[in-house]
Amino acid sequence: MAERRESKKKGAAKGPARDGATTEARSAAPTAPARLAVKKTYKLYLGGAFPRSESGRSYPVTSADGTHLANASLASRKDARDSVALARKAFGGWSGRTAYNRGQILYRVAEVMEGRHGQFADQLVAARGLTRAEADRIVSAAVDRWVYYAGWTDKFAQVIGGSNPVSGPYYNHSAPEPTGVVVVFAPQTAPLLGLTSVLAPVIATGNTAVVVASEAAPLPAVDLAEVLATSDVPGGVVNLLTGGVGELGPHLAAHADVNALDLAGTGDLATGFEETAATTLTRVLRPGPEADGGEDAWLDTDPGTTRMTPFLETKTVWHPVGV
Amino acid sequence: MSHTATAPEATTEHALRAFLHGLPGVDEVGARARAQDLSTRSIKTTAKAAAIDLAISMVDLTTLEGADTPGKVRSLCAKAALPDPADRSVPKVGAVCVYPDMVATAVEALRGTGVGVASVATAFPAGRAPLEVKLADTRRAVADGAGEIDMVIDRGAFLSGDLLKVHEEIVAVKEACGAAHLKVILETGELVTYDNVRRASHLAMRAGGDFIKTSTGKVSPAATLPVTLVMLEAVRDHHATTGRRVGVKPAGGIRTTKDALRNLVLVNEIAGPEWLTPDLFRIGASSLLNDLLMQRTRLSTGTYPGPDYYTQD
Repeated sequence: MAERRESKKKGAAKGPARDGATTEARSAAPTAPARLAVKKTYKLYLGGAFPRSESGRSYPVTSADGTHLANASLASRKDARDSVALARKAFGGWSGRTAYNRGQILYRVAEVMEGRHGQFADQLVAARGLTRAEADRIVSAAVDRWVYYAGWTDKFAQVIGGSNPVSGPYYNHSAPEPTGVVVVFAPQTAPLLGLTSVLAPVIATGNTAVVVASEAAPLPAVDLAEVLATSDVPGGVVNLLTGGVGELGPHLAAHADVNALDLAGTGDLATGFEETAATTLTRVLRPGPEADGGEDAWLDTDPGTTRMTPFLETKTVWHPVGV
Repeated sequence: MSHTATAPEATTEHALRAFLHGLPGVDEVGARARAQDLSTRSIKTTAKAAAIDLAISMVDLTTLEGADTPGKVRSLCAKAALPDPADRSVPKVGAVCVYPDMVATAVEALRGTGVGVASVATAFPAGRAPLEVKLADTRRAVADGAGEIDMVIDRGAFLSGDLLKVHEEIVAVKEACGAAHLKVILETGELVTYDNVRRASHLAMRAGGDFIKTSTGKVSPAATLPVTLVMLEAVRDHHATTGRRVGVKPAGGIRTTKDALRNLVLVNEIAGPEWLTPDLFRIGASSLLNDLLMQRTRLSTGTYPGPDYYTQD
């Protein structure tokens, strides 16, 4: 068992303490014995599988009021390296799909997530101390965000690219193409809607992603990974690491096979990562004002294309029109 | 588990059979467990740096495709002599391995670099051709300047029990090689059992092979760790009985630095540190070299490089 039983209040609430359960069962003979708690092991999501960290480490995750919720995997430098390799491997297939097909898959993510609405709401109540109504609103907004970017997959090229007005015997077209492997540092205080808002635009345009989940609240991200794994998103398109931004970040920022960084969840470390990333000409999206504002800061229902365009390369083609 | 079957004097069908079938059987479960156990050794920092450089100097940089062109062979030769143009401290590879018709091109491209040219011969990879054709193939490659010949054994003859035919073919090809080194490819993926691998190894060494090589790279499974372990035991035992050191070359399926380091651990632990030289251990590979270079850069700079920073051929 990876999980240590160190929580203070667990015994009273769910009663998995073995001694108590047996005596209880003996005294009330005809009723069924108390059910053993089925506790979930929160793991990484790499290449479509859910492995533990290569290092075997984990760290305790607590709720907003300090109660122990579960242990999450503490990803290591090598997990980060592996996830970049997996994302690179998945890039050709994902970027080569039709935009329409990517849209179908992203919409499928929304469908599957909607079916797990209650699970995500419970996670938010625990992780962020929201009321149930607030949590429901955030989960709905996150589902809608997937639908929003599902719609954009086959439309952003027309908005961002197109025919250029040139004066000469040639046509001139510009078309946006995905930049490659994008490392997404998910917002620290917005573990679900914030994560969705930074991840969906990256993969909608055909990039593959390595996500470093919110360090203090990684559990909604692991649940989202389970949704991705069952929504026809090919393995390796999204790779999820849970662990320390300060530990994983420098290696990912310096990695020469990473094409872009979204620094939304890096806080004070952002400037350092940006400097490191410059040595290999990695594209960088700096954290905006919404980065630390909690889930509510991400509620804007029309985020536009601002989170898609930083991770696109423009290809321009000249074509002669004849004499 | 050293065994001391003495090689018989005359090479007759009967004597060969008696010798090869007198070899003790391979403990298959034990071989797998030993290989698995040794593959968990941790090699880090300076030891890793030394091992990576050693592995680079042992690579037989190989291109054996129907689509090989003189241009592709020349670019491969350039890479063999200077694997990382951005870092001249990287050692050059052991040799370049090509088809016989590309030997002249490779020899020309590698002149003065000190990198050897190896050529597959004897109707590679199937080995299904008359002996005269195989010998002509070999002589032509040697005449064009190949310093090493990689021959394939007749697996059909070996599996049907015609050991003498296999032996005589190797002897004949060895003679055709002249001064060139002879590597004998056993194609272990087609030999079915580890016992057969051990027998074929001793057969090839007895017939005069300078190297025994696991595979052509065209058959899967190729160079698995247990197979390499059995062959390393064979060369160790051959040295113990005859005093002659025969080399080993795993080829096929070794793509990562980790794979290469596991092989080096095996060499050190099974055959002994005397075999840790390009004269007695080679790795047949093509994509492995880039991974070795990336790991080398990672060690020296501390950051992960990307595959885009290295040539693809």
